[in-house]
Parts: sequence; structure tokens; C-alpha cells
Amino acid sequence: MARVVVVTSGKGGVGKTTTSAAIAMGLAKRGHKTAVIDFDVGLRNLDLIMGCERRVVYDFVNVINGEANLNQALIRDKNCNQLYILPASQTRDKDALSLEGVGRVLEELSKEFKYIVCDSPAGIERGAYLAMYYADDALVVTNPEVSSVRDSDRMLGILASKSRRAELAMDPIKEYLLLTRYDPSRVDSGEMLSLEDVQEILSLHLLGIIPESKSVLTASNAGVPVILDEKSDAGQAYADVVARYLGEKRPHRFIESKKGFLRKLFGGK
Amino acid sequence: MDGSQSPVLELKSSTFFAPVLVLYSNEVHLIAEKLRQKISGAPDFFNNSAILFDLTELNNKGMQIDIEILASMLRGLHLFPIGIRGGNDAQQKQAWTLSIPVDSGRSNGSVLLETQSKPDIQPEAPVEIIKEVFRAQATLVTQPVRSGQRIYANGDLVILAQVSAGAEIMAEGNIHVYNTLRGRALAGVQGDTAARLFCLDLQAELISIAGIYKTSEDLKDAVKKKPVQVFLQEQALIIVQLD
Repeated sequence: MARVVVVTSGKGGVGKTTTSAAIAMGLAKRGHKTAVIDFDVGLRNLDLIMGCERRVVYDFVNVINGEANLNQALIRDKNCNQLYILPASQTRDKDALSLEGVGRVLEELSKEFKYIVCDSPAGIERGAYLAMYYADDALVVTNPEVSSVRDSDRMLGILASKSRRAELAMDPIKEYLLLTRYDPSRVDSGEMLSLEDVQEILSLHLLGIIPESKSVLTASNAGVPVILDEKSDAGQAYADVVARYLGEKRPHRFIESKKGFLRKLFGGK
Repeated sequence: MDGSQSPVLELKSSTFFAPVLVLYSNEVHLIAEKLRQKISGAPDFFNNSAILFDLTELNNKGMQIDIEILASMLRGLHLFPIGIRGGNDAQQKQAWTLSIPVDSGRSNGSVLLETQSKPDIQPEAPVEIIKEVFRAQATLVTQPVRSGQRIYANGDLVILAQVSAGAEIMAEGNIHVYNTLRGRALAGVQGDTAARLFCLDLQAELISIAGIYKTSEDLKDAVKKKPVQVFLQEQALIIVQLD
């Protein structure tokens, strides 16, 4: 039985798709057979981030409608043979997805895969609802900024009350916080919320902090999940996140600014 | 992972507020005129509002009124009559034919009509019973109440986790929050002025007891982020820090 992981946030542009690609790749690289599904029907992006946009023939909606079977639609990643991508349809909208259809696809996938990563669209409407409904775990991607934190809080409320686990009174979805685009120097200058500020409001299990990094944009444009850039800070941070998700204990990094670190080193204040 | 398990519907017991129009005169044009004046004072509040009319006083004085004319007058003022109270048999029968339910809460004379109305009234009964069963019980919440979530308790409400900004908690009785309160908290929502509100860290957007409220702007710094209790004294909200 596969573990269904939803990557969600409420707010757009916080790094859901980047995170989905990185986490899915990280899990697959560690030998776990993983599928990553793009739920953003109509605004298909995951295939670009994963660098497989030219190989899309059939998509998620085709599978739900029975126009293609799963094996026809799944795209094997070129960097890792344990990773498969189920792209969204660009020509349809979210109404093309049905709760039963999504359930059927996830059930079929879970026979073969260890992890299923669901890349949620922004918002709290149908697409986001369907992406989180069947989840076992939720990675809540949040930027250190008040509106993102508020939207994440709203999403957490939906996870706790409208998911399948909530409706069937099963164990609740395991919720994890992923703080992305974190810039310690801007936190020091008071332009960004600190980790403590965010945690005071959300009080969630922190899975990791992804620093604001040029490598994310570079990786996105190249169509290579940033986790494969092992030299970059963001790539290392995502590797830590995957390790922590799988139960390893790793100290949190990238919380303090480099400037602060140097100052500390030289005994300055 | 069974997709077919999605529920089609759910029946929930719920409470909502509607103004009650208590009539002392049976002259519909006079009622309409006075009502129009009231509405002009708060048009947003009354626009498309549900309304109940209470005929107890009229019937005590033996004054007659035509329900159909009254209802059409109310609809003309963009009000939706959703109930009749204190009507006599003939008035209630007339209300039924106009699809206006009879509220048996405070009526004089017999409530049950003999013929086709009986099965219509019956669904009301279990709702009343459910309400009474829950009334005395306290509702316990152990999970965080997140932004956008609403909780309504028929009796007391006890919350062990935080209440986020943008969340709303309401209770007919007291509210206890043994954590940080950032959302809206309304105690005594059915008018219980003896209800109190307790929390360990007051950062609420709004606090209210029996409809008397304060927003976070009105909170003094001395009580912000402090453990407090809130109660009503002579129509004023008193916030006292707990030791």
C-alpha cells in the first residue's frame, strides 16, 4: 500500500511544484518507487520542472476518463528509473477531475508504487480539495510572510475536516511544515517572519527550511529537480527534508544568515 | 481508497438568528410604514433577511389580521417570512397554505392542526430533543481550530489547542481556551449574559458575550497576550487578568 503525500499551501507561488519535484526525486533516488501527479489541471507545470514536457502524450484526465490506461500516461523520469510522472491536462479545467476518478487512479497506483506525491494547485477550491482528499501525509509549503502563513493555516483546517481520513474518522493526516524561500538576512532585518513567528501561528512539525536560492530558478528553467544539484544549498536542504520524512534525524540548517555566522565566528555582535 | 464513499448529504442541528416582528397593531399599512422606517436605518441588515412574525399580542386583544396580506407586505419589503408564532388555528392554517412554518415556541391555543399539517410538524420534534440533550454537555476540542473553521457548542466549549486568526468559536454557554486565542470567540450567543470567556493568551480578533463585543482594536495592551477571563457587568465587557 502506497503512502499518499500531498504538497499543498493554499497560496500560490510559494514553491509547491518545486517541492513536489524535489521530494519525489529524493524518495525515488533512495530506491522507493515513486509517482508524482500534477493536480493543476489547466496550468500544467510539473512536467516543465521535471523536464519531461516533450514526452507528454496522455495525461491525468485521459486516465480518469478511460481514454488511456495508467501505463500509457505515466512518464518515466530520465534521471531516475524509480520515478514516474503523471502530468496534468493543459486543455481542460479542474472540473474534469472527479473524486471517484482520482480515487481509482490512486488505488491503481498504490498497487505498484511506494509513494504517491500529489502536487496541489493553489487555492482551496476543487483542484486543491481533490489533491488532498486521499492524502496520508501533507507537506504544507509556507513562505515566511503573513498571507502565506494565514493561507497555510486555512489549508490545515481543510485537511483536518474535509479529507477522507477526517470523514471516515480515521487517524488524521500527518501534517508537516516546509518553510521555503527563507532568507535569514531579511529575517534579521525584520523584513521576513522568522521561523519562530511562523511556528507560533502554525505549531506544526517542521520538516525543513529551504533557503531562498538562485539554484531553484536555474534548476526549474533547466527542467531538473533542484535536489539533483547537490552542491546548492536548496538541493541539500531538500535532501535533508527527504531524509527527515523517512525518519532520519538531521539538524536543521540554513536558519541563520551567513553574515551572522561570520560575525559569530569573529566574536562580533 | 474507495472513491464511492463520498457522502451525498449530512443532517446537522444548527441555530441561526432571525428578527422576530412582534405586532401590536393589525393595520397592515401602519405596520408597513413603521417597518420601512426601521429598515431605512439599517438597510444592509434587513435586506433579504428572514423574519418571524409574532401574533401573540394581537390574539390576546382579539384583533384579527390577514396572514396572506401581511406576508405579501413583508415580501414587498424584501423580507422573507419564515415563521409564525402565537397565531390561532385559522391563522396557522393560513400560514401552512402559504408555506410558512408554525413556530410552536410561544403560541397560545392549540398548535397541532388536525389534518395534513401533522406530519409537517413532526420533523420539528426530534430537532428540539437533540438540542436539549446536548445543551448541558460541554464540547471538548483537542485539535487546533484553524483559520476558516467554525465551531458551535450548544453548551460550554472547552478548547485545548490554539484558535487561529480567522477561526470562529461560538458557544451558548462559557468558552474556555487553554491555549492562544487569535480568532473570534463568542460566548452566550443565545443571550446568556452570565456566560464567561477564559483563555490563556488573549490575542483575539473579537470577543463577545451575549452579543456585546470588543474587537482587537478595543483591547488594552495590559490584557493583550495575557491569561484572562471576560464577563459582562452592566452591559459592559470586563476583561480581567487571571493570576
